[in-house]
Amino acid sequence: MNVHEYQAKEILRRYNIPVPPGSVASTPEEAEKIARELRAKKLVVKIQIHAGGRGKAGGVKLCDTPAEAAQLARQMLGKTFVTHQTGPQGKVAHKVFVADAPNIKREIYLSVLVDRTVGRPAFLASTEGGVDIETVAAKTPEKIFKEAIDPAIGMQPFQARKIAYALGLGGAELQTNVALLLNLYRAFMETDASLIEINPLIVDDAGKVIALDAKFGFDDNALYRHKDIAAMRDLNEEDPREVEASKHNLNYIGLDGDIACMVNGAGLAMATMDIIKHYGGNPANFLDVGGGATQETVTEAFKILCSDKNVSGILVNIFGGIMKCDVIATGIVGAVREVKLTVPLVVRLEGTNVDLGKKILKDSGLPIITADGLADAAQKVVAAAKKKA
Amino acid sequence: MSILVDKNTRLIVQGLTGSAGKFHAEQCAKYGTNVVGGVTPGRGGETVELNGVKIQVFNTVVEAVRETSANVSCIFVPAAFAADAILEAADAGIELIIAITEGIPVLDMVKVKRAIAGTNVKLIGPNCPGIITPGACKIGIMPGYIHKPGPVGVISRSGTLTYEAVWQLTSRGLGQSTCIGIGGDPVKGLDFIDLLEMFETDPQTESVIIIGEIGGSAEEEAAAWIKDNFTKPVAAFIGGVTAPPGRRMGHAGAIISGGSGKASDKIAALQAAGIAVAPTPAEIGATLIGLMK
Repeated sequence: MNVHEYQAKEILRRYNIPVPPGSVASTPEEAEKIARELRAKKLVVKIQIHAGGRGKAGGVKLCDTPAEAAQLARQMLGKTFVTHQTGPQGKVAHKVFVADAPNIKREIYLSVLVDRTVGRPAFLASTEGGVDIETVAAKTPEKIFKEAIDPAIGMQPFQARKIAYALGLGGAELQTNVALLLNLYRAFMETDASLIEINPLIVDDAGKVIALDAKFGFDDNALYRHKDIAAMRDLNEEDPREVEASKHNLNYIGLDGDIACMVNGAGLAMATMDIIKHYGGNPANFLDVGGGATQETVTEAFKILCSDKNVSGILVNIFGGIMKCDVIATGIVGAVREVKLTVPLVVRLEGTNVDLGKKILKDSGLPIITADGLADAAQKVVAAAKKKA
Repeated sequence: MSILVDKNTRLIVQGLTGSAGKFHAEQCAKYGTNVVGGVTPGRGGETVELNGVKIQVFNTVVEAVRETSANVSCIFVPAAFAADAILEAADAGIELIIAITEGIPVLDMVKVKRAIAGTNVKLIGPNCPGIITPGACKIGIMPGYIHKPGPVGVISRSGTLTYEAVWQLTSRGLGQSTCIGIGGDPVKGLDFIDLLEMFETDPQTESVIIIGEIGGSAEEEAAAWIKDNFTKPVAAFIGGVTAPPGRRMGHAGAIISGGSGKASDKIAALQAAGIAVAPTPAEIGATLIGLMK
């Protein structure tokens, strides 16, 4: 789960990590009030959407007075912003963050994540802040400093000193900066974060270190023990089809193709998308119905697939292991009767009682195209969808 | 021969009294696996009937090991308690732990991995279908009947996609030595290289299929290792060529992040190491058979 910048900064503040004073507004009036109370020399108004690249899209602007902040908020709120991370449809700004804009002397990159190769939390840091870290990694990998933390003993002060010196944050403020880094590790572990990214972490005129921007990602599997963080979820930021699917324990991700698919198991679901593409089609989604493909889950899945207007064909690919093919076929027939499909449906079953399953599909009298094998299924659905479109 | 599990395996099931634990323990026993006990805190002294045979339930793993001489444990404990269950098994001297549970918090697994590092405990999973040595021992949730004893080792990050590959082999008359689902989580137990090392020295295994997917760099590391160390033919498949970046594709570990973990990079790394990569999931079996001719 991701959260907005203003929420990320709220969490940082709890861990004594300095962030610029500021608050979130949903109306221009609120923005003006916040700006007035800040009494800042320079203000910044930032759209709150779950995507990077806001500045380039015109979603981050500086101003001098509360009236100007209100004016900027008026221009931004309700508007759709397209950045390199939003996709072409963009995202609507429902909130803006109004904050003090400190003078920046230096920009630093700092993040904490789980390094999969060692299975440990690790800090990534670079003196090249304010730009995409991927760009830094590609052009000047020697400028990225990495420090993995032993989870058994936690982050040690010497590790914080190593990072601080590597970032040029030694000097008179060393102890303050070491405390900041130790606090950041604590924030990561105590919130079950999957990523904390501060880009940029800035040094201001007075030599003070401040988190100018902040991004948090959280481990969905651990949200059950963080009710306060789970409450920060913003459904506006999520695809409504994905929200609907999650209510039925279906794992759905919308894509922009025209061939929908329904598969049991995440790996096979991904592979099914790939084979659709291989035979010249474009997958409309990822959908894992899980181990128990019952009539109820299949019905709900069909409803979600059919709500996508781009869809011109559906491929159901089920490997019946523990769940037998005849049971799955009965479920599919029931679901098709209930949903009344308007696009061609190709079904590929494999596993226990496969012949019985195919017979049930055939005898149903429904226009279901059956397939033998994954390749046959993909070719059939691509052909049927082309005819339909 | 085979790797890790065989006829001599003595299995306990942690979470045997739960519905998934009981159902799958029964399937494993039916396949011929020697299920010797179960563990559920607070349910010690009870019995669970598997295919008409009463199996003893213990409160703790250490007690179960003492009473049954179990050497392998399979974990069906709910996600919130699964890391603790793995650590309990390790503490009791179990040397092979298979964690089926999906949805364990990553930082719980970070601690587990640290705790078992440097010990002789081997962990498979979590979030995996388990391990099977066809005809001898099945531990996990995979359908037993699709397998057949034979010379191919299979290592996979996916469940149903593995069944797909195994089925392709079995339908062509080619059996398997041992098939291991290593799981879809970002922090897990045994990885490709650990298992390839075992397959290298296993006389029954003549060739290996590895099935990877987007996320992380385990396939790239395996490719480099195979090139320098592995002498048997390897076929591979990588899922997720069409997966969009930044999205978690069902498995917690299946995500392209910061430009790394892409399927195309993995395929390129495997091919550069001389490994045959199946162009589609329908051709995994055929790709391997092509190598053995």
